[in-house]
Amino acid sequence: MLDVIVNGQQVRVPRGTPLLEAVQASGVFLPTLCYHEGLAPYGACRLCMVAIKEPCTAVVASCAYPVEEDMVVDTEAPEAVAARRLALEFLLGRYPQSDTIRKLAAQEGVTATRFPAPLPEGANELCVLCGLCVRVCRDLIGAAAISFIGRGIERRVGTPFEVQSDSCIGCGACAEICPTGAIEIEDRGSTRILHTWNTKVELHSCPACGKFFAPTPMAVLEDMLPEVAESWTLCPDCRRLQTSRQWIEEASTQGQRIVP
Amino acid sequence: MKVRTHTDLDKLRAEGLSSLYPSRTRIAVGMATCGLATGASSVYEALRDEAEAQGLNLDLVATGCLGYCQQEPLVDVRLPGKGRIVYARVTPRRARKLIAALISGELPMDGALAIIPDEDESPSRTGAEDPPLLHELPFYARQRKVILRNSGLIDPLSLEEYVAQGGYQGLARALLEMSPQAVVDEVVASGLRGRGGGGFPTGCKWQICRDVERMPKYIICNGDEGDPGAYMDRTVLESDPYSVIEGMVIGGYAIGAQEGYLYVRDEYPLAIERVTEAVTRASKAGLLGDDILGSGFGFSLQIVRGAGAFVCGEETALIASIEGGLGEPRPKPPYPASSGLWGQPTVINNVKTWGSVSAILARGADWYAGIGVEGNTGTVVFSLVGKIANTGLVEVPLGVSLQEMIEGIGGGGLDGKAVKGVQTGGPSGGCLPARLFHLPIDYETLTEAGSIMGSGGMVVMDEETCMVDVARYFLTFTMDESCGKCTPCREGTRAMHEILTRIIEGKGTATDLDQLAEIAAWVKTSSLCGLGQTAPNPVLTTLRYFHDEYEAHVLEGRCPAGVCRALIELRILPDLCTGCGLCLRECPTGAITGEKKEPHVIDLQLCSRCRLCYDVCPVDAIEIVR
Repeated sequence: MLDVIVNGQQVRVPRGTPLLEAVQASGVFLPTLCYHEGLAPYGACRLCMVAIKEPCTAVVASCAYPVEEDMVVDTEAPEAVAARRLALEFLLGRYPQSDTIRKLAAQEGVTATRFPAPLPEGANELCVLCGLCVRVCRDLIGAAAISFIGRGIERRVGTPFEVQSDSCIGCGACAEICPTGAIEIEDRGSTRILHTWNTKVELHSCPACGKFFAPTPMAVLEDMLPEVAESWTLCPDCRRLQTSRQWIEEASTQGQRIVP
Repeated sequence: MKVRTHTDLDKLRAEGLSSLYPSRTRIAVGMATCGLATGASSVYEALRDEAEAQGLNLDLVATGCLGYCQQEPLVDVRLPGKGRIVYARVTPRRARKLIAALISGELPMDGALAIIPDEDESPSRTGAEDPPLLHELPFYARQRKVILRNSGLIDPLSLEEYVAQGGYQGLARALLEMSPQAVVDEVVASGLRGRGGGGFPTGCKWQICRDVERMPKYIICNGDEGDPGAYMDRTVLESDPYSVIEGMVIGGYAIGAQEGYLYVRDEYPLAIERVTEAVTRASKAGLLGDDILGSGFGFSLQIVRGAGAFVCGEETALIASIEGGLGEPRPKPPYPASSGLWGQPTVINNVKTWGSVSAILARGADWYAGIGVEGNTGTVVFSLVGKIANTGLVEVPLGVSLQEMIEGIGGGGLDGKAVKGVQTGGPSGGCLPARLFHLPIDYETLTEAGSIMGSGGMVVMDEETCMVDVARYFLTFTMDESCGKCTPCREGTRAMHEILTRIIEGKGTATDLDQLAEIAAWVKTSSLCGLGQTAPNPVLTTLRYFHDEYEAHVLEGRCPAGVCRALIELRILPDLCTGCGLCLRECPTGAITGEKKEPHVIDLQLCSRCRLCYDVCPVDAIEIVR
């Protein structure tokens, strides 16, 4: 553990904590789009800028900066506030449709933009290029079905050649983690349509309740939790039910109480 | 032959000397990309064919670049007992005449640029009519060649000639006489700093990497040079690949790495070809691979071709690219020295840094530290281009002033015009005005002035260069090359480009200037990697040093340099026009009319302001109304 001073207030955090989490732990709000505690820091949206005063002076993206002993941070330093506001102003100009952006901007006092910038034709008007979907798919799910395409303002996310992906397992983690709701997924009968990725995944029917679900993600989890192997053919809801029952049963035969 | 001992090296050296200084005529044609672009290969063929036809026995060699690109194709002729002369701007026709003269046993003076004083007994200058000595030419007089020590002098692929010039002495010294720590100490003592432009102390970087205990470690050479107008690294790789390879092996020994990657951009086909061949030959000679020089230390080298993204010159993006991922930067820390390629400790240095390392180990830290100035030791290579009399590749000790560089070596502005400013560091650097030319070229001074050392681009500008246009030119480049990962670089470069375009089109306002400065400051502080952090430099420095030009555009609707098309008009001065019709023939839009031998006129409705007429008029009768 080490001590960090955020806006004059001391917080104690484990070594290696990203500065952003230390700031949040002190109760100070910082906007961010690309940071997620389950993924490695990425440093792309540049919304969480803060001013470090000790041991050196710098304006940094706090998500990608590990804390140091006795670090002194000022989130309200004019240069940090200006950096956050300008970033939000530009994002507001690009994504006026996005509730997430409007809300984040308003929290920093930005309600209008001087820089309206229409998106390139055909671009997803909610995708802010935070990269969370790409990273969750690659780093946590292991499918790497989507990636960035193009560069600069042409940058967008898609499957290779933007056609049906053979790697997509239809888990929906991309849509789940997306901060702006830019990824559209629809279940139609036995088919899961990932509209944003031009991809369709065939679903299985649950032998217990008949509901459709994506089978492959379960195969991935099977390796992680082999002790409940028999329930992987079930849909997530039935599986939850069955494994809970199994655990309660096991516990009670050993004379343990599950519920405190 | 495998080189295992000092004696083996000496044997190579002897072979190299006899090929550098043979008993018969040796003709070397500068055939790096710069030479080839001006027709060196047809000169080479003409020399070969004519010599064969005339029955002249000679050694014809393709060498690299001598640096004086302005004078290419350069041909270096050594006639034993008669001397050695470099000929400039050689054509196939003149090449054939040269062979004819050589057959009569003479070195002709026609087209001679300079004499190279030979190491052996052959006479140098004999009469007052003779050309000057090469190192006394104004272009070379202030130069000090360390990185380019062999460039243009040796056959780039001849291991023997490289060794004859002192090559592999550094590696032999490191492997056979020094501990790895002593090698790091030597580099620290030399004061060498990263020649990629950042200027981080090389020895310090090595020490950090050496101190990390995780294995394996890696060595990377960054040859992804991409600045417009810069070609230092290309020339080094094309002209002296062994100097870089040797440096990397020394680095591997120092930090404990056994594998290296040489990353070269794919737009440098000749560099890739030569480096690949050099690696093959060095491996065959046992100077790469297992148990180098019998020391027990092994090092292998792989060549990776970059796929064309400028951002891959940024070290973390380059590493991602080698790993097969998207060539995009990641946040630092962790720095590559502790977590680089495949997450392992990695030392990544520029081509010129590695080329310096091999020289430092051969000649010692004290020798190197004696060049340049305190804190900025050694030499730096610039590609001197733009509106300057002598363009070329120039190597100077750090601490030389911009004035000496531009007026002394560069010979001043093109066609005698006054130089207005200079851009150092390419699209990441800044434009410095002539009144700052007294400043010495070193890392700190250039940074303080708002520019950067960069990897060595130096673009000279004169009164006919519009600084707003220059800023937009570089912004166009960085905007196109921004990977788009972080918001400030992606959105900010585009926004700045939009504003600059407005100003150039005569639609700018005073608010635009304020916004430009505001956005530039944001992109500089907030961007993720070096590309974004430095992209605003051309804007910030032109705003700072050439504010009057911005004001002229915005407030007066005038482009003082007469460049911005929306703000100029072209007019033919009837008193001067001879009615030769040249402009009429050149005009792409048919805007010029007039009878032969009568003054012509330009129809401004049709005129696209391309200025072709201005450039071709033999009597300067075309006026740019600013």
